Amino acid sequence: MSEFISYTFIGIFTGAAYAIAASGLVLTYSTTRVFNIAHGAVGMLFAFVYWDFSVKQDIPIWLSLILVLFVAAPLFGVFVQRVLARGLGSAPVSVSLVVTVGLLVGLIGIAQQIWPAEDRSLPQFFRGHLIHLGDVVITWHQVITVVLSVMVAMGLFLLLSGTRIGTAMRASVDNPDLLQLYGGRPQVVAALAWAVGSSLAALAGILLAPVVGLQYFDLTLLVISAYAAAMLGKLTNLPMTYLGAMALGIGQSYVVGYLQDIPFSDKVPGLPAVIPTLFLFAILVLLPQAPLRVGQVKGMVSAPVPTLGTAVVWGAALVAGVMVLASMLSGSNLLLVGTAATYAIVMLSLVLLTGYGGYVSLAQFTFAGVGAVAYAKIDQPNLFGLLVAVLAAAAVGALVAIPVLRLTGLYLALATLAFAQLMDKLLFQSALAFEFNNPLEAERLSVFGLKLDGTGAYAVMMTIFFVIIALVVLAVRQGPLGRILVAVRDSPAAAGTLGIDMRWLRVGLFAGSAGIAGLAGALFAGLRGTIVAFDFQFFASLLLLLMAVVWGVTSVTGAALGGIFMMYLPVAQSDNPSIAGLLFVLLGVGAVILARDPNGLANLLFKLPGWLEDDVYPAIARRLPALSLPRRSRGDDDDLDLTEETPVSQEEVNPDAVAAR
Amino acid sequence: MPLLHVDDVVVRFGGVTAVNQASFEVESGTITGLIGPNGAGKTTCFNVITGLQAPTSGRVLLDGKNITRMPVPRRARHGMGRTFQRLEAFGSLTVEDNVRVALDVHEGLRGMMRPDDEATFQRIDELLDRVGILGYAEERADSVPTGTARLLEVARALACNPRLLLLDEPSSGLDEAETDAFGNLLLELAAEGRTILMVEHDMDLVMRVCHEIHVLDFGSIIATGTPEEIRNSPVVQKAYLGYSEDETAELPVTEEVAR
Repeated sequence: MSEFISYTFIGIFTGAAYAIAASGLVLTYSTTRVFNIAHGAVGMLFAFVYWDFSVKQDIPIWLSLILVLFVAAPLFGVFVQRVLARGLGSAPVSVSLVVTVGLLVGLIGIAQQIWPAEDRSLPQFFRGHLIHLGDVVITWHQVITVVLSVMVAMGLFLLLSGTRIGTAMRASVDNPDLLQLYGGRPQVVAALAWAVGSSLAALAGILLAPVVGLQYFDLTLLVISAYAAAMLGKLTNLPMTYLGAMALGIGQSYVVGYLQDIPFSDKVPGLPAVIPTLFLFAILVLLPQAPLRVGQVKGMVSAPVPTLGTAVVWGAALVAGVMVLASMLSGSNLLLVGTAATYAIVMLSLVLLTGYGGYVSLAQFTFAGVGAVAYAKIDQPNLFGLLVAVLAAAAVGALVAIPVLRLTGLYLALATLAFAQLMDKLLFQSALAFEFNNPLEAERLSVFGLKLDGTGAYAVMMTIFFVIIALVVLAVRQGPLGRILVAVRDSPAAAGTLGIDMRWLRVGLFAGSAGIAGLAGALFAGLRGTIVAFDFQFFASLLLLLMAVVWGVTSVTGAALGGIFMMYLPVAQSDNPSIAGLLFVLLGVGAVILARDPNGLANLLFKLPGWLEDDVYPAIARRLPALSLPRRSRGDDDDLDLTEETPVSQEEVNPDAVAAR
Repeated sequence: MPLLHVDDVVVRFGGVTAVNQASFEVESGTITGLIGPNGAGKTTCFNVITGLQAPTSGRVLLDGKNITRMPVPRRARHGMGRTFQRLEAFGSLTVEDNVRVALDVHEGLRGMMRPDDEATFQRIDELLDRVGILGYAEERADSVPTGTARLLEVARALACNPRLLLLDEPSSGLDEAETDAFGNLLLELAAEGRTILMVEHDMDLVMRVCHEIHVLDFGSIIATGTPEEIRNSPVVQKAYLGYSEDETAELPVTEEVAR
């Protein structure tokens, strides 16, 4: 009995900390419609800041707390709202997800840069002082956490119902534009919501860090627990959020406590860690159908889609280039070429899903991992084995999408995040896959009996696979399915009334995308010969998404470039360990800047020929008339001998060049 | 038997009752007008009929079959098409591709597999020509004028060959000549046996083409009748103007709204 009571106390403590984190998430989401995936990362960052103040600099605890909770964290929240999150509420969900994922990765980078990995611990409040209630022992830290969560609840209640700005916050939930018309100031409301949200994230991080450890990733992933709790109130209802947090905390505590008594529980060592995720999926399945959004998304300017002929020529050129490269490089560098091809293929899966479909997945590497494990486990290093791996990954992709069939893109993305964590902690660690971080052996693929043993030949083959998948993706874009995807993205309501069932379309899209990622994973397993769980951890999926956005998630060119840089990122980090964290920050910042233009840096390449022809060439020709050479005329004009033209008359005969200015 | 039967539908948004026990019928093969002042609940009614908004209570029957809980896409397969008051064209597709998507979807899996053939293009051109926007075929849908985009939505809905066509303010953004031509198109469509339910503010158009008119005010049907009956109904005049002018033969309603 005393065991039960003490598990309950631990559960209430955990639930109280989750409630603090979740209420911050709900506050920012409900007032600004931006779901902050980086909420846990904010808590992580400020737990480190608090550690720096109170332990490293030896500032008194009360002063450290004031500095972090009432100065640093709120200022940071306002900064994020002003600089990153402004106007995101009305942007497509995919944009706000990318921005906050960029923030998450950037914050992890900042933490790694300032506080490089070493053993740190944050002491509990009043460590060593215990309270004995009969047989049950509780700590002051737990009591303080519970008291603080009650104070936060009361504070939020007073803020939202007792003050003018709180009333404005509640009004902002329904319609910020209307609030503005009535004289409210949505920007002030939003800034306040982010300041309070950030402060609450910091408080949760400081309370939980002594218990879960001062770690970059574990604290960041607390967003899943907070999100699971907030789901019970559909991300907007604070009392339900508290209820959800308590149910989750207590439930998790019982599972952790009693699981050890159950036989075979050692087979699933990661189970306690994924309770919030399981809780989350359970709630997702119970949520009601989301209505179709009425209100057109402004048509996006997509990257130009090349004709298949052009694409084939470029693909052949790429394969030829890799062949030349392969003949010049040695073993370890060849592996890097193959790795780049792997990442480029995974990026293609994002082009299909995010670039064309407008959905965000935070689990592409998990799908790749499923493909890799399937390929290694069935041990058929041929096209049949490859096909099985692809189908396995596709089936898993569909399985992730089905529970959130009735919900919007935000929930889908969060489901993928939760799923990635579930796989990381549970399945990849089980006997089905890597069994406690053991490596898995895989053989090189043979194609029609031809075994590709040489790493160079294998890299070339992977490039060929990239080109084939790229052509398939392009063909889809130009075909009926591609048009339907664009239609659903532009106007879900109109697409629905035409008879497009976007729910199953989405499941199919997810399956296809996961299948492509699985193919990449299987090829990667053959390339490396051994694979480990670390190759497919969820954080890589976040990096991949950002890299795809930076280089252009709407084009296969962006995928190729993104793949190369994704390969290069860890190389650059191990070559320059002193700026390893900074590179994450750079990537995060890049994604935040480019999130609103999904065509990314690849788009600059597409603009290059026109720019050269229309701007650069005339500019040079104007300054150096002597260098002017006859050039291709772009209209129906006769070819002109430009050597005799003055710069001015050249502009007259070339209306395109003039128009381009 | 009526093709569409809206039965005692109530829609509440929080404390606001947008549609309050609205009941009306739409006869097969006719053009029916749904009119009323701004905020009367006309578009909400459309959303309930097409499934974009679940009613708080009440039923929607299509051809005698209860479709109140039917998902949106399945209603399209049962022959329902609509346009939107706030434009919902697929902005990043061309005008012709907007129609093409509808044709592909309408033909189901066959439409997805089929290569682009001459017959498809011909069909697209026919539809665009029918609503009078063939000249815009290759432009992006978010770059054409509002009136054109509305007509595009009509063409797109027609591509699915609907039995029941719901038009939400189709004539706004059209000039007088275009509105006339559009009225003729509606009469042609009705002559083909299609049923049309139309929310419209242009009273000249409504009075010219509609067989029957339902008047919605504060979420309830306050009058139903032929154009002539509605024109002379004191209740309707009161709803629009706040007072009725029984003595006026010429209807102030028309001028007030059409202006």
